[in-house]
Amino acid sequence: MTLIYLIVALGLSAGLFLNRNRRAAYLITTLFLLVQWAFTLYVGFHLRTADSLYFTYDALGFLLLVTLSVVALPAALHSALYIERHQETSASRGIYLGSLVVLITAIGAGYLANHIAVVWIFTEITTLSASALIYHHRNKLALEGTWKYVFICALSISFVFIGILFLSLSLHYAGSTDLSWANLQANSASLDPFWLKLAWLFIFTGFTAKLGLVPMFTAGIDAKDTAPGPAGALLASVLMNLGFVGVFRFYTVVAHTSLHHWVGVVTGAAAFLSVFVAAAYMIRVRNVKRMFAYSGVEHMGLVMLGVVAGGVGYYAAILHIILHAFVKSSLFFQYNQLYRVYQSKSISYMGGYFRIAPAGALVLLLGFLSAAAIPPSGMFVSEWLIFRSLLEARLILPLVGVALLLTMILWAFGRNIFRILFLPPAMAEMPPASPAPAWESASQFILLALAVYLGFFPPDGFVDLIRESVSLLP
Amino acid sequence: MADVLLITFLITLFYMAIANRLMTYVKVLAFQGVLLFFVVFIQLSEINLLNLVLILLETIIFKSVAVPVFLAYLLRRNQITREAEPFLPNFISLLIVTAIVVVTFLLSNYIHDTHLDKLFFVVALSTLFTGLYLIATRRKIITHVMGYMVVENGVFVLSLAVGNEMPMLVNLGIMLDIFASVLILGIFLNKIGDVFRDVDVDQLSNLKDI
Repeated sequence: MTLIYLIVALGLSAGLFLNRNRRAAYLITTLFLLVQWAFTLYVGFHLRTADSLYFTYDALGFLLLVTLSVVALPAALHSALYIERHQETSASRGIYLGSLVVLITAIGAGYLANHIAVVWIFTEITTLSASALIYHHRNKLALEGTWKYVFICALSISFVFIGILFLSLSLHYAGSTDLSWANLQANSASLDPFWLKLAWLFIFTGFTAKLGLVPMFTAGIDAKDTAPGPAGALLASVLMNLGFVGVFRFYTVVAHTSLHHWVGVVTGAAAFLSVFVAAAYMIRVRNVKRMFAYSGVEHMGLVMLGVVAGGVGYYAAILHIILHAFVKSSLFFQYNQLYRVYQSKSISYMGGYFRIAPAGALVLLLGFLSAAAIPPSGMFVSEWLIFRSLLEARLILPLVGVALLLTMILWAFGRNIFRILFLPPAMAEMPPASPAPAWESASQFILLALAVYLGFFPPDGFVDLIRESVSLLP
Repeated sequence: MADVLLITFLITLFYMAIANRLMTYVKVLAFQGVLLFFVVFIQLSEINLLNLVLILLETIIFKSVAVPVFLAYLLRRNQITREAEPFLPNFISLLIVTAIVVVTFLLSNYIHDTHLDKLFFVVALSTLFTGLYLIATRRKIITHVMGYMVVENGVFVLSLAVGNEMPMLVNLGIMLDIFASVLILGIFLNKIGDVFRDVDVDQLSNLKDI
């Protein structure tokens, strides 16, 4: 079924690339969303089965696939609004929507892949499609962002590939050549530790470009800054989850070996540094989009800290990336309306947004409260669980450090958001009120409400699925 | 025989560290492609014929002809000045590349592996880190591309070390090689060269937080 889905999606995207008719373009995109949801439901009804040789419909893959399909709907809607507003040529519209379809498909397939090389291939494809989206504006800044993104991502997929080679050497000791996750898991006791160490270093470093952690996070920041808002929403939420899937599934294998502690230290250090870097940049950043992107770095750092701490941290990490995807994408969707009012990305030119567009301002406020994990945000629950797991793992020093850094981030993030909402613009006149219609914020409210609902009143099925996705961990 | 070729490969890295002109880099890349061609020919003896031919074609046509010719074309087309303009003096570059090779040699002492020829490991990792070093210390964007090609060659050498058992990984490596090179070179050809006339990395600093 996955193969059929991939072929259909590829056909639809090819249609979008070639098509020059406006109506047909939106029709094909709608068709793709239907296919995407049909596939998601199919996966839901066939959970725990293998499919098309290289795909397994497991709990983690399904959860993230649903997240992707949910975010894909407003992403398509806002993309259409964006295209209409900017009077795109038919060619650039085709490239944009076609790349969007390829990106969503590749991310979904990457979630479900049961073989490390297949995850790697789909990660490559996301680089290709994302770069087309980042280059959408075709100006100098977009070019710079695209070049940096492509270059860093090309380097990091080479890194992942080197890691896979080391992993295959490590697997020699088990007398096997099958690099599927299940086989790695089954042979985890006989993997050679030396090669496995090298494999972890390279694979983890490689995936941080997508996951948004130290050391490769920079490319992602530039990409989210230069890509159009709706595409940036995908890059900042579901694409980061693809990086998480790569790291997390490998971590599940490594956690059963003698290297568990060492890997925990390395990953924990990278995660802590990510939160630190995010705090340092958040304090001085003036560009709203980059501020959102750095907030993503902080959250992924927290997620990996949860994974490293173990125990309830595993559960919290999965919950956190799902909620983060909803919250962060809604902030990016809202960004375009903000830009429409102020015609600038810089906070210095923004202010008094509450008076101009109350609905949009409410999205920003609630989005900020959610991202900062202040109750009633759903992320409060997951972040609290992450802290509890750190406490239970006796990681007091990192816990105190992260708490301090989070306070700084909260202050910087809050200061900027409240300035946009309530104070008059610092470096410009108050712009004439020409906000986007309030209904364009509706999808953001739904996403934010979903995050609250899943955080505080998670349905039983949802909890079971998360439990199941972390059940392989010790 | 493969050992001689691999050691020659290692020597080309030292040469790259002190090369001044961009055309020298291009020629060294082409030479590395030829070396890899022979290494593949000797090393991958247990692989099936069709696959072997594919890999050989990739090394000789793609690595040693297509990419260098294309790079030379880019140099001419964008009228890039012929100096590599490193940030550090050549002598220090040479020292650092030597240090990289020595460290990977020392690291290889930890390997107690009968499956793997240590020399492959040393050459692959040295090439990888030399490539990264070239990327980090050269001013022009085109030298970043060349550094990336060096990294790719390192990856290729490593994939050869496990090539007999897992030919699929070599093929994946080739796929990566072609995919990434085409993507990077394509962007460079189409856009970077035209928009950023003097192709320095200093110009790629407009994306800022403030």
